[in-house]
Amino acid sequence: MPQVSLTVNGKPHSVEVEGRTLLVELLREKLRLTGTHVGCDTSQCGACVVHVDGESVKSCTMLAVQAEGADVTTIEGLASADGTLHPMQEAFREYHALQCGFCTPGMVMSAIDLVMKHPEGLDEKQIREGLEGNLCRCTGYHNIVKAIAAAAEVMHGRRTELAQAAE
Amino acid sequence: MYDFAYHKPGSIADAVKILTDDPEARPISGGQTLLPALKHRLAHPTALVDLSGIAELRGIQRDGDRLVIGAMTKHYEIQTSDVVKTAIPALAKMAGNLGDTQVRNRGTMGGSLSNNDPAADYPAAAMALNATFRTDRRSIPADEFFQGMFATALEPGELLVAIEFPIPTKAGYAKMRNPASRYVMAGVFVAKLADGSVRVAVNGAGPGVFRQEEMEAALAKSWSADAIAGIRQDPDGLNGDIHGSAEYRAHLVGVMAKRALAEAG
Ligand code: FES
Ligand code: FES
Repeated sequence: MPQVSLTVNGKPHSVEVEGRTLLVELLREKLRLTGTHVGCDTSQCGACVVHVDGESVKSCTMLAVQAEGADVTTIEGLASADGTLHPMQEAFREYHALQCGFCTPGMVMSAIDLVMKHPEGLDEKQIREGLEGNLCRCTGYHNIVKAIAAAAEVMHGRRTELAQAAE
Repeated sequence: MYDFAYHKPGSIADAVKILTDDPEARPISGGQTLLPALKHRLAHPTALVDLSGIAELRGIQRDGDRLVIGAMTKHYEIQTSDVVKTAIPALAKMAGNLGDTQVRNRGTMGGSLSNNDPAADYPAAAMALNATFRTDRRSIPADEFFQGMFATALEPGELLVAIEFPIPTKAGYAKMRNPASRYVMAGVFVAKLADGSVRVAVNGAGPGVFRQEEMEAALAKSWSADAIAGIRQDPDGLNGDIHGSAEYRAHLVGVMAKRALAEAG
């Protein structure tokens, strides 16, 4: 059986997998990091999005063996050790950008990649298009878009407070 | 998904050897098409040969009047490459408008072209720009490379190494996507090449990418939307399904061609 060595949320792991083991299966079933969700398993919903070497990917559409040597970040790896939320998580909370929360881990991971790729700032259209790979069945997206706009301002140091940043 | 052996060769020669020794082995690049197919058990390879460890398969270069893109170059790299944006802006734009961010972060140009999905975008660009497909053993012109639905001129075990695009003087692409699935219903890529010739390629509408020769002739005479206004795409042989009839797709070809021209300027 193939062995895969990778770093997840800063911790090195070496795990035995099958060739066909998906990255999301490695994360959820072997490492018990169940914050990453599986909504569709057919590359549509984005509930499974994690970062691999800093880029958002659908972990249901990547083999665990393809992550050999990679640096993976999941939703569990965002908050600081003292429990302080990542600005994107804080913004989702502040702007009520979730209802059932199923899509949220993937939304947050996609949103962070989107914001990091646009240091110059993002307008509403870019945020909506940037979320093409993530589906939400509850919120109607409006508050998610507001949360991302607000978090972007904070992440790029243009504001220190989330409140009113999206206005 | 059925299980399979996994190989990650470090060179083109090693990859070709594994693929040649085992005809049931398959190469995997970004896996954004192959993995969904494997999950549906539409394919049952004995082994996957991961091409991501082969450095020679990646990269973007301008080589005189050509743009050379390594087969394993990701959509996101093409979308954001200053070299591509300068040489063939329509190609960078196409890369930025296919799939979603996560697909673009993993999927590769060579993977998409080798798969030749009728609804894929790149085949239209490669066909209209008269690209050359460099493999581990030969060069294949675009007119011979595409052989209909999911079929290409690649032999078993033959690996696509790079795609060479002649840099055009004008190029533009427009597509109509199904609003739910986001797959292309009809797309048209128009290109005026450096030698003055015009090529027009249609994707999504038929069982494979094809050239619209009537439009090519008209645009070679006059590069304008008016020149193709009277041209009716024949619906015969086009795709008809729950998303749209062949007649509707034929109509879209005309509309997309005009939009592509407007994009090309
Ligand atoms: S579970 Fe991966 S995209 Fe839905
Ligand atoms: S909050 Fe329920 S799916 Fe998005």
